[in-house]
Amino acid sequence: MVLLTLLAAVTIGIVRTRSLFAVAVLLGAYSFLMASVMIVLDAVDVAMTEASVGAGISTVLVLGTLYLTKVHETPPRYTAMLPLFVAVGTGAVLIYGTYGLPEFGAANTPVNTHVGMSYMVRSIPETGIPNVVTSVLASYRGFDTLGETAVIFTAGIGVLMLLKRFGKKG
Amino acid sequence: MRLDVVLRVATKLFLPFILMFALYVQFHGDYGPGGGFQAGVIAAAAIVLYAIIFGLQEACKVVPPAVVEAMVPLGVLLYAGVGVASMFTGSNYLDYSHLAHDQVHGQEWGVFLVELGVLITVTGTMTAIFYALAGRGKQDEP
Repeated sequence: MVLLTLLAAVTIGIVRTRSLFAVAVLLGAYSFLMASVMIVLDAVDVAMTEASVGAGISTVLVLGTLYLTKVHETPPRYTAMLPLFVAVGTGAVLIYGTYGLPEFGAANTPVNTHVGMSYMVRSIPETGIPNVVTSVLASYRGFDTLGETAVIFTAGIGVLMLLKRFGKKG
Repeated sequence: MRLDVVLRVATKLFLPFILMFALYVQFHGDYGPGGGFQAGVIAAAAIVLYAIIFGLQEACKVVPPAVVEAMVPLGVLLYAGVGVASMFTGSNYLDYSHLAHDQVHGQEWGVFLVELGVLITVTGTMTAIFYALAGRGKQDEP
């Protein structure tokens, strides 16, 4: 609850601030808070990814981009009524949807009894890997991870083609 | 930033530990949290820290941009290559069961190599993007 309150405070800060430098720092803080929430939910792998990617590299890249552009956001020229309505509506629907979810950590849900339990049982005898996240990621769902790596590769060469100067003379 | 003694010394002290932690996250991913994606980002963060404190030229001497750009496709090729190698052992694509003498060892090797591929691609991509961003800023100055 404390973490969620802090998250809300940081989000309001991000929306209210006009200085993009402060926004970049606040986004880093937001990622760290999100990582803490993940740890509370026992998702350590996700927390680690969030802390390193979200708070670490993203902040550096955003700051690097700010170095190339202006550091102040221009004031918006339109009212925020329609986006506000859409956001509040979507949020209300999502909150309504959470009432249909089973209680957090309940053992008899499809998530814990169906495929998930099968992986928990099979991981050690079949792969010898105690961390089931790793065995699912790299072995059972190897195709997915290959796709993810290809996505990173594609994104990387895309950004390089946009930013890098081929032929130093220019 | 290059004249700041405290930052320079602290960076030199921290760098080996950051790299060590990246390797720990990489190779201990079978037992604890972590894996190629996280380790790759941590390793890239070490390079970025070095480049910020000691300047881009120094970092380019340690980790040349050509190497970084070669790493981006190399990781994907290693990953896909493991899949092809497992096909030669008579299994399906990316089924590591026959890479070693028994299934558990085969899986261990497969996961190890695949995570290594992820590490190489992630580190290469993150560092290459940072190099491109930082190098561009420097040349644009009038």
